[in-house]
Amino acid sequence: MPVRVINPGLSTTVQDLGRPGYFHLGIPIGGAMDRLALRAANLLVGNDEGAACLEAVFIGPHLEFTRDAIIAVTGADMPIKLDDEERPGWTALEVKAGQVLTFGYLQAGARIYIAIAGGIDVPLALGSRSTYPIGALGGFKGRAIAAGDTLPVGEASHRKARLGVPGELRRRPGNPAELRVLTGLYWHRITPESQKSFFSDHWKVAPEADRMGYRFRGGQPMHFVEREQPFGAGSDPSNIVDSCYPYGSIQIPGGKEPIILHRDAVSGGGYFMVGTVISADMDLIGQLQPNMPTSFVEVDMDSALRARAERAKLLQKIRNALA
Amino acid sequence: MTTRYSFGGDEHLFVECDEAMSLDAFFKSLSMTNAVRDSRIKGVTEICPANASFQIKFDPDLIKPSEILREVKAIESAAEKHDPVINTRIIEIPVFYQDPWTHETLMRFRERHQDPTATDLEYAARVNGLPDVDAFIAAHSGSPWFVSMVGFVAGLPFMYQMVERARQLQVPKYLRPRTDTPKLTIGHGGCFSCIYSVRGAGGYQMFGITPMPIFDPEQKIGYLREFMVFFRPGDIVKFKPIGRDAYDQAVEDVAAGRFAPIIRDVTFDFREFQKDMNGYNTKLEGALHAR
Repeated sequence: MPVRVINPGLSTTVQDLGRPGYFHLGIPIGGAMDRLALRAANLLVGNDEGAACLEAVFIGPHLEFTRDAIIAVTGADMPIKLDDEERPGWTALEVKAGQVLTFGYLQAGARIYIAIAGGIDVPLALGSRSTYPIGALGGFKGRAIAAGDTLPVGEASHRKARLGVPGELRRRPGNPAELRVLTGLYWHRITPESQKSFFSDHWKVAPEADRMGYRFRGGQPMHFVEREQPFGAGSDPSNIVDSCYPYGSIQIPGGKEPIILHRDAVSGGGYFMVGTVISADMDLIGQLQPNMPTSFVEVDMDSALRARAERAKLLQKIRNALA
Repeated sequence: MTTRYSFGGDEHLFVECDEAMSLDAFFKSLSMTNAVRDSRIKGVTEICPANASFQIKFDPDLIKPSEILREVKAIESAAEKHDPVINTRIIEIPVFYQDPWTHETLMRFRERHQDPTATDLEYAARVNGLPDVDAFIAAHSGSPWFVSMVGFVAGLPFMYQMVERARQLQVPKYLRPRTDTPKLTIGHGGCFSCIYSVRGAGGYQMFGITPMPIFDPEQKIGYLREFMVFFRPGDIVKFKPIGRDAYDQAVEDVAAGRFAPIIRDVTFDFREFQKDMNGYNTKLEGALHAR
């Protein structure tokens, strides 16, 4: 049951829950930036939670459905229109053959997830349908969708539209967004004053924010603890011998602008990292727009694990609400 | 060498075998990652070796961070007793140094370079105290390189030169990274050479280009049919300078499915290598063209 792309939006890619297992070769996990939103969208249309959806950033695509379908749109607040008639988000919607799905201007958040009953049925690449454009791997021909593409859709297992996800179960960043950080890695490279300012300063999302990483501006530059640079590290005090980069790790090249690596992260490199955003808050980053005020909040491992458990509980509530 | 453990959030354990790069640190990292893989610790989802460090991704729903830390620390002492001997491959990589494509690219990004009046090779020769570009190319292609990490982007090898530290070629990265690098460029930053597996951004100096693809997501190229990524940590690489004609021929052979890289199985014994690097390298390279 194909879907025709009339207008792709800004950058719309096929994503699922990613392809773990190849980061040691430089191929990142990929998958939805906001995994909870993708799971909710799939549950709404009766798909497996990890079925492939479309992820659209800032601007929604225009899609024509050639057959009846059940769809759901979750994630960012963006008016959803079926043949110009507004429809609710986070809700299963029935679409008739020939209808066109379009979107209005983004109101809050950054990324929407469009699930179609049956899932986007592009071939699996290394176990996932997620798009990794740099490697021309997965997704629709290894790239973002383009006008004129026809997207294959799998056989739907359920024909009935489900209810909506209650408002209190939709998670989104506050304003300012607060990202919880576990310090570590090369945190010892900066002075106590910089360690303090990193958490007390007000940061803003920079325009350079994509699936590979989110850059932040507005805080004070870091000061480094003096040392003789180790062999092979490079001469800048922010350089290290090229190491692996954890997902969510925060590097600060030249000590200036922090970059949080996200789902399409480069797997390693030669910049020191001050710590890592906890797993429970990774989804939130996917919903940050440029200029969004953001602060980093220091937490310990126990709080990180509690936050993770709370996030798992929230997902269970969504599952229960849609069961 | 002091091993340092740190958590990367609640899903990664980061282990630095040494702050400085050395083959000792690499071998420690390699033997520890092998031991972690063999020990099948529950909840471990990915093991990523790097040059002088490594990273383990784990599922904290299956194993407590404190528990994985304890298990990996226990492996450290056992791994240190391992013989630093690996069964690996040596591969000859043809390189067209001073090619027109990296030249065009480096000219486009001259204002991001330390020396806008020289080419990357001229600059690299000078900062390494070599008389000219030919001498630099001779040094770059004159000894083998060890693949000490695969990553950054899909299948990109970081390579460490197998010579005494005093002879290692070192060149700073560009002042500001380029937004473009031709696919299959031979690059160099710090003490590492690399091969850019795909076109894209990069900050390493550019010396030449190889006709030999090292990443093929479609898995159509003969030697990449089994798996799309060519390199593995521990591979040994020897660069072979080629000219324009040989380059064009190789590109044609790749397109026609005729290109077969020279790959030989070898055993690498780190302790034997340390005793006599030049002699050991000569023996390794001998395997490439042995009949």
